[in-house]
Amino acid sequence: MTKEGLQKLYEKLKDDANNIIKKAESKPRVLVGTATCGVAAGALKIRDNFLQEIKSKSLDVDVVEVGCMGHCYAEPLAVIDKPGYPPVCYGYLDDGLVHRLVEDFLGGDDPSYEYALAALERNDVFPTFEDFPRGVYEQKLILENCGFIDARSIESYISRDGYSALVKALNESPEWVLDEIKKANLRGRGGAGFPAGIKWEACIKAGGNEKYVICNADEGDPGAFMDRSVLESDPHLVIEGMILCAFAIGAEKGYLYIRAEYPRAVSHVEDAIRQARDKGLLGSSILGSGFSFDLEVFQGSGAFVCGEATALVNSMEGKMGMPESRPPRLASHGYRGKPTVLNNVKTFAYVPMIISRGADWFKEIGTAESPGTAVFSLVGKVNNTGLVEVPMGTTLRQLIYDVGDGLPNNREFKAVQIGGPSGGCLPEKSLDVPIDFDSLHDAGAIMGSGGLVVMDQDDCMVSVSRYFLEFTQHESCGKCTFCRIGTKHLLDILTDITKGEGDSDTLQRLEELAEDVRDGSLCNLGKTAPNPILTTLRYFRDEYKAHIEEGRCPALVCRDLILYFIEPPKCSKLCNVCVGSCPTEAIFTREDGLKEIDQEKCVKCDNCLKACPTEYNAVVKLSPPVLPPEKEKKTK
Amino acid sequence: MSDTVKFTIDEQAVEAKKGEKLLWAALKNDIYIPHLCAIKEEKRPNASCRLCFVEIEGIPNPVTSCTMNVEEGIVVKTRSPQVDRLLKTAFELLISDHNLKCSQCPANRKCALQKIAKERGLKLRQKRFKTITRDYEIDDSPDEFAFDRSRCVLCGQCVWADREKAKVGAIGFTKRGINRVVTTFEEVPLAESICTQCMLCVEACPVGALYYK
Repeated sequence: MTKEGLQKLYEKLKDDANNIIKKAESKPRVLVGTATCGVAAGALKIRDNFLQEIKSKSLDVDVVEVGCMGHCYAEPLAVIDKPGYPPVCYGYLDDGLVHRLVEDFLGGDDPSYEYALAALERNDVFPTFEDFPRGVYEQKLILENCGFIDARSIESYISRDGYSALVKALNESPEWVLDEIKKANLRGRGGAGFPAGIKWEACIKAGGNEKYVICNADEGDPGAFMDRSVLESDPHLVIEGMILCAFAIGAEKGYLYIRAEYPRAVSHVEDAIRQARDKGLLGSSILGSGFSFDLEVFQGSGAFVCGEATALVNSMEGKMGMPESRPPRLASHGYRGKPTVLNNVKTFAYVPMIISRGADWFKEIGTAESPGTAVFSLVGKVNNTGLVEVPMGTTLRQLIYDVGDGLPNNREFKAVQIGGPSGGCLPEKSLDVPIDFDSLHDAGAIMGSGGLVVMDQDDCMVSVSRYFLEFTQHESCGKCTFCRIGTKHLLDILTDITKGEGDSDTLQRLEELAEDVRDGSLCNLGKTAPNPILTTLRYFRDEYKAHIEEGRCPALVCRDLILYFIEPPKCSKLCNVCVGSCPTEAIFTREDGLKEIDQEKCVKCDNCLKACPTEYNAVVKLSPPVLPPEKEKKTK
Repeated sequence: MSDTVKFTIDEQAVEAKKGEKLLWAALKNDIYIPHLCAIKEEKRPNASCRLCFVEIEGIPNPVTSCTMNVEEGIVVKTRSPQVDRLLKTAFELLISDHNLKCSQCPANRKCALQKIAKERGLKLRQKRFKTITRDYEIDDSPDEFAFDRSRCVLCGQCVWADREKAKVGAIGFTKRGINRVVTTFEEVPLAESICTQCMLCVEACPVGALYYK
């Protein structure tokens, strides 16, 4: 087909899409954020409430499900887009608020700005998300459409110039696509930051006719949900990126390896693949160009190790999901032994915009060595949890304090955990480290797939390491010695430390074993598993020492090293709340009317501390677990 | 183009066939490198026991010799402080999860672990890590041999012999992480499985996990 023919075909697709979208947008619409984060917060009920309220008032309003806007702290969320008003986003929705919005705004003319979070378009009445402090730092590239378009409608993607990069590429050549990606220095967003262009080129050089493109959506880090949100909110972006990759390397078949625990992502992507096929954007001779490529979803059964490339391919081939030694690399010997490109969801998501807007545009964003943006799921002790996208080179401090709006209740920052179980914990003094692949690596953490957990003084760094080691030890496939047995001993040593057990050699033993597991393991799961230990030992060694040498947990977390105590001067005598809250009947009333905890019976559940009215705050945690001496005398 | 390459291991000049793995080239030349899981006929090395580390000039960290192809002119050292440290840790990890009653073991004196200890001056006991205790039962259902998993080092030699030499497929790995074991389908005793009792697996076992009664 000629260039003009291709362009014409696309123009027709776009006109059709625009007509449908324009028609939809001429009516008032309610966009409810029903990505998994929204659903967890009750968005489906909110959607049904809207439908019911709208029906009961016989209003002509469409309720549309959209993905995640990134403001997960305010879920459930909805946008009301009524002609004549700027589209306005409302957060923290409940039944009453839905009722009021339908009655006053959709049925009347009061947008109820007092409940609005922000407007989505610039206007004279209400601020937009860009006017938030975080707006200064945020730059949305791959999240641009997320939460604003109907993920289940290919028209909403096409009407925003979706698939125009594909048309542009088809009019150029595979070599040109590869060249742009190489020039853009797009680095793999799965965590390691390997340049995608070099990977693709190696796959081309491997030769042969049969090649595969695989998208790694086996996101498994606890607390990370970027890949899920992108697939749920804007699946066509990833699909277009994969088609472009296939065009560049000459593949005819591709797979999206999505974990089965992401049912919404699976169904959105499967819908999107069907729609793209119907429009001739996938399948044989895409848009009549002669280039054929088709996609399929492969559901992984949720083993963390299957995020490792070779284990992922093994699992797709029906073998046990276990890693292999490399080389040979996947680029030459991948799925079914054929040359394969495997990239992360976010890596593919950058491809269409690089092709549309050019490598030079992409390189303007971020830093010279790590161009583009970084997407993080910001969680933990931070006000604005959610999905954020900032240019590479933004500092951790800006990300946590400006984008995330700092820690709640003015709590004191202690550490930030980056990169999940393979990443590390960085202290206050590392907050000015710019976020890019190399700087984070030098600080001891890794970019990882983008989980970012903020911790305060109530988080014990030994417990945190132990938590991550418990995860990696559980997820170890057991193939190689260091990971199978080494992580088990690392976990055992950490468990001992949380109980205050250990001697002067314990920390050295822990550190040496951690280094050996890092250096000796077969795959990257084992190689990176000790990172949480190595970084906390590097930055929070005193905390480990307090556990071992003083039997004290400074954060008052480790159960074996704390006890609960009711301070007699603070106890009201007349209030019985703590007694009622105790599940083991450990709290009793003394002869003098004061409450006391029977340490033998106490299971340290924290209930009494939470139950004690704030005007008394009589329950305290003590570490090391020793009762104040004079009090001990009294109880005898 | 010649199909042999020349290089040195521990300052000894060595020749090997192109494409050969370093581990086998060294062993052929009577240069010992500790190993458990390596199988010469297998194209893609298992690389799971993590014992055969060597240093190659120009590569910053030790590498497993079972996965490295021989190359013209490479300078290989089988011992270095880093290699020794990794080997010692890997070895101690293995024996922390191994039944160390050597005097009662049928493989006593011909055990691969004993050989590694002897060659590298390591002790067959360790204090660095807690001993991992297992409550495995010995499977003595076959007529002439038995399987004691408390001695198994998960090298995979028996699984390979069963599948690739005997072509039976009675045993394989199952479970993951620290619970990984060699067992039959549905974990039935060997005699109740499809095992033909050809005993190639017993021959393959480098330790005393599979042994003649």
